[in-house]
Amino acid sequence: MQSIAIVNYGMGNVHSVQKAFEYVAPNAHIFLTDDSRLINDADRVVFPGQGAMGACMQALKQHSLTEVIKTCVNEKPFLGICLGLQLLFDYSEENGGTSGLSIIPGKVTRFAKNALKIPHMGWNRVKHTINHPLWHNIDDNARFYSVHSYYVESLDKVVVAGVTNYGVDFTCAIAKDNLFAVQFHPEKSQHDGLQLLNNFVNWNTND
Amino acid sequence: MSLAKRIIPCLDVRDGRVVKGVQFVDIKDAGDPVEVAKRYDLEGADELTFLDITASHEDRNTMVHIVEEIAKQVFIPLTVGGGIRRAKDVRTMLNAGADKVAINSAAIHNPNLIKALSEKFGSQCIVIAIDAKKTPAKPNRWEIFTHGGRKPTGIDAVKWAVKMTQGELGAGEVLLTSMDCDGVRDGFDLALTHAVSNAVNVPVIASGGAGNLAHLSAAILSGGADAVLAASIFHFGQYSVAEAKAAMHKSGIEVRL
Repeated sequence: MQSIAIVNYGMGNVHSVQKAFEYVAPNAHIFLTDDSRLINDADRVVFPGQGAMGACMQALKQHSLTEVIKTCVNEKPFLGICLGLQLLFDYSEENGGTSGLSIIPGKVTRFAKNALKIPHMGWNRVKHTINHPLWHNIDDNARFYSVHSYYVESLDKVVVAGVTNYGVDFTCAIAKDNLFAVQFHPEKSQHDGLQLLNNFVNWNTND
Repeated sequence: MSLAKRIIPCLDVRDGRVVKGVQFVDIKDAGDPVEVAKRYDLEGADELTFLDITASHEDRNTMVHIVEEIAKQVFIPLTVGGGIRRAKDVRTMLNAGADKVAINSAAIHNPNLIKALSEKFGSQCIVIAIDAKKTPAKPNRWEIFTHGGRKPTGIDAVKWAVKMTQGELGAGEVLLTSMDCDGVRDGFDLALTHAVSNAVNVPVIASGGAGNLAHLSAAILSGGADAVLAASIFHFGQYSVAEAKAAMHKSGIEVRL
């Protein structure tokens, strides 16, 4: 039986994420944890996050989780969701400037003040910019549910896996080796979201 | 633009059942919340909102169990409102599987509550719910009422919406209900919806008054709403969510089909 650790550092809708994984992978051992040893031992790691980036970084540090995240990103199938995408970057404008985990070069920027409402909230189209096992059985430009006020700008364009338009074309998914991370919420995106989680559960990163 | 406008069926829950009445009178049973939620999910609802209209504290646990059960089977955003007053209530609902909570009168009693909750849980999951009524003899002025529309507060609805959504620690969304139109099924208060949508920079959900599919489109096209909430038109089989979406799409509104 494979094990999937959902990193639980007190930020975000971890229970929704857990319920969605239990639905798509009823035979897997799916657990919430802040124990770096258990995260290290799991077959797959899910890194959710919600709220403010400053608070998330602080919580990660308090739970002594930054090192295990950096290790797991290089070693096993790893899925970042929402803040779990933004935290991988160097720096965010949020909270007057917040350092991230610097796993992916680039920064996190607030949507410009214009006619569009902030947060970007609701079902928007996700354009695939690469072929990837996690896009399997998901139509290009399918809609996913998002809620966020900041978006990532990757310096390394090769990692961009998906793009959404909201006043600006922004990166909503990145892929690098065994790492995949998305700005939207697959656990709240009905069929296509569950398909993505299912793809993650079955992702063989050795291929 | 490619962000879809949302249709949000609303389930008023009392004693473990979905109910609906006209301004809290003539309450009709509309089914088991889990079954109703599953049906709307299948029909293509973009989100679901649950308003706990149970008065007593013990019965709140019923709501927690209902949310837990729905969150195991329905994978779209779930908002819960009614009786949420403290951080502890928010935590309980988020743990049960809710994604957002709607805060109504508690924000009026404690204007710092929204800020405190946004700081703790993130503004993306805090919705400010506003129940407003036209001020007689004053056009384009609406006053906030509490206690199901019985108690005036003297607070201007548009100003309150701005205040509660300002800055990084404001609510992430407004759930705006016209008490004049709620249950009457004669259309939304478009002037109110427009005034609030224009004044705030966060998404606005129009609520109260949906009686036919044209009303839904009007709330978006004339009212400027980002989402529409409706109950009766869906509960009793008058229209399906899919029919509502098709009608909105036909009137030129971008929806998730």
